[in-house]
Amino acid sequence: MKVSRRTQVYWILGALAVIAYALVPVFWIVSLSFKEGDDITNNSFLPTVWSWANYRTVFASDLFTTALRNSVGMAIIATTISVVLATLAAYAISRLEFPGKRLVLGVALAITVFPVIAIATPLFNLWRTIGLYDTWLGLIIPYLSYSLPLAVYVLAAFFREIPWEMEQAAQVDGATAWQAFRRVIVPLASPGVFTAAILTFFAVWNDFVFGITLTSSEAARPVPAALAFFQGASQFSQPTAPIAAAAVVVTIPVVILVLLFQRKIVAGLTSGAVKG
Amino acid sequence: MAAIEMRNIVKEYGDGFKAVNDVSLDIADGEFMILVGPSGCGKSTLLRMIVGLEDITSGDMLIGGDRVNEKAPRDRNLSMVFQNYALYPHLTVFENIAFPLRLNKKIKEEEIQTRVRDAASMLELDEHLDRKPANLSGGQRQRVAMGRAIVRRVNAFLFDEPLSNLDAKLRGQMRTEISRMQRRLGTTTVYVTHDQTEAMTLGDRVAVLRRGLLQQVASPRELYEQPVNMFVAGFIGSPPMNFMPAVVSGNRLTLPFLEADVPATAAGKVTDGQLLIAGLRPEHFEDARLLDPVKRERGVTFRAPVDVTEWLGDSQYAYIPFESNPEVAEELAKLAAELDSEALRSQLIISIDAMSRLRENHEAEFWADTGRLHLFDPRTGENLTRDEEAAADLARFEQEELRERMEQTP
Repeated sequence: MKVSRRTQVYWILGALAVIAYALVPVFWIVSLSFKEGDDITNNSFLPTVWSWANYRTVFASDLFTTALRNSVGMAIIATTISVVLATLAAYAISRLEFPGKRLVLGVALAITVFPVIAIATPLFNLWRTIGLYDTWLGLIIPYLSYSLPLAVYVLAAFFREIPWEMEQAAQVDGATAWQAFRRVIVPLASPGVFTAAILTFFAVWNDFVFGITLTSSEAARPVPAALAFFQGASQFSQPTAPIAAAAVVVTIPVVILVLLFQRKIVAGLTSGAVKG
Repeated sequence: MAAIEMRNIVKEYGDGFKAVNDVSLDIADGEFMILVGPSGCGKSTLLRMIVGLEDITSGDMLIGGDRVNEKAPRDRNLSMVFQNYALYPHLTVFENIAFPLRLNKKIKEEEIQTRVRDAASMLELDEHLDRKPANLSGGQRQRVAMGRAIVRRVNAFLFDEPLSNLDAKLRGQMRTEISRMQRRLGTTTVYVTHDQTEAMTLGDRVAVLRRGLLQQVASPRELYEQPVNMFVAGFIGSPPMNFMPAVVSGNRLTLPFLEADVPATAAGKVTDGQLLIAGLRPEHFEDARLLDPVKRERGVTFRAPVDVTEWLGDSQYAYIPFESNPEVAEELAKLAAELDSEALRSQLIISIDAMSRLRENHEAEFWADTGRLHLFDPRTGENLTRDEEAAADLARFEQEELRERMEQTP
């Protein structure tokens, strides 16, 4: 299709506006994180002097480093459990006919739209009673309950795309159901598995509500919640710049993950399986 | 290698529809059996029941003498080539072919290497072993699927319309390739197709199915020459057999354009004044002017107007429209619908010498070999002229051929 020059210009302008809308706040945070001391009031976008001082402050404080450890640990554990369980569940949902299949999917969808804040308070009371309050497990369980349905949904869609013949061919070739699943279906669904893993990881990594309500100490507090406990140099100054530095630090793993896996998330992996 | 026996196999779906209805079929060890029929006749379902991908509602399936009804596909030791090949896209050609071997922990790596390379060289895939299926052409993918099937020593090969995704030229090559491979390995083979040529050229025997019911199991030659009913007669042969109304008067038959004696095989089965359907294949006609005088005596000549001619270089077809009896026309329309062909106008399609220079829209003189005429009962479709003796002869011939071949294969 031939696009006229005028349309092209509009498209470029529109794209630039969207990019600016998305990236300006990010650049602002980055710029803030490099401003030292009172430089944040310099009324300009860029710092007068570029300084690593805020990063040093952040890494020097136990508050941040333990929170970072908590975040990384819990995100990895929750993602692993969620993806493994979701792969098995999604496979069953896409391949088997069993009573209550629609109900399972319906409930899964209902959970994802359930407001997080509505269960935070009850969980707070429940966890305190049974001793899960302020522990890793106490956070991982609610994380799983939100991320599992999402992962099941994503993976079920991927499994449905894989032709039935793939499995049947494996079965005829002498594979057990488990071998067919592990050696044929999972490799074919790997873009879906990676997508589900990344979505789960982000959801857990970015969580604030559970992190702030279900923790009281550094034992389990994740980074987003810990940022709220940062202190300024004096009680009259806001710790804006160190918070910005911490925010940049926690954004980095996310960016790395996306760059690492974006090549894996190529849905075209199944091309060539069957005559197109 | 093993024989496959089916005893009263039925496949009934939840809604009561019987996709396969009471099929009993014996496939001998080393035999190449074709399952053929129009779409929806249950041929693929039957194949999937042999391999175990489809449950058997009732009846017994025996492979090498063992009942396999409840066995999982992997315990039946069969290999299958799927219509869309079902290659594993994440594996190289080598690993695709090696896949069935790798699942068996007892097979050593060196043996896997030799067997995959043997299969690959048989199929001329040596250069492509490190490539992924996505980068292969349709014909190459097809051969990889076949390589995966032949790499194991299995009881039987099953093919589900393996050539339907290839273009015409490649299909012809692969057809010969499959035939050669099967002869060389001597493995029992069941092959599903809806293609005439594949059915006629590949199979030792052909089983014709219609709405889940087995119509006739016979050598291609017997199906062609001695069909049991109108369905088989109309299905086998291209262009199809010509069907015309025929009225009995005494021991003569009145057909459009011509008259003929009631064939000896049908004598006693027809009554005076009865309306029948006569069938005569296109090649049993000829342009009377180019006819060998020796043959002339065997049939009758008649004049008819030519509507259209098709000259193909090596052969030529002429289309001759005729007025059909409404009752017969209705039967034929029903048959055409079942055979997946459109209900065409009532016309004769006749094969004439390519040298013949007939002119369209002109009358010409033709000759028909009325000795080859078949008569069908319009209600039951039964072939009244089937010669059981000749059919038995053909069957005997086919069995001898198979036995001879099996003795030769190592």
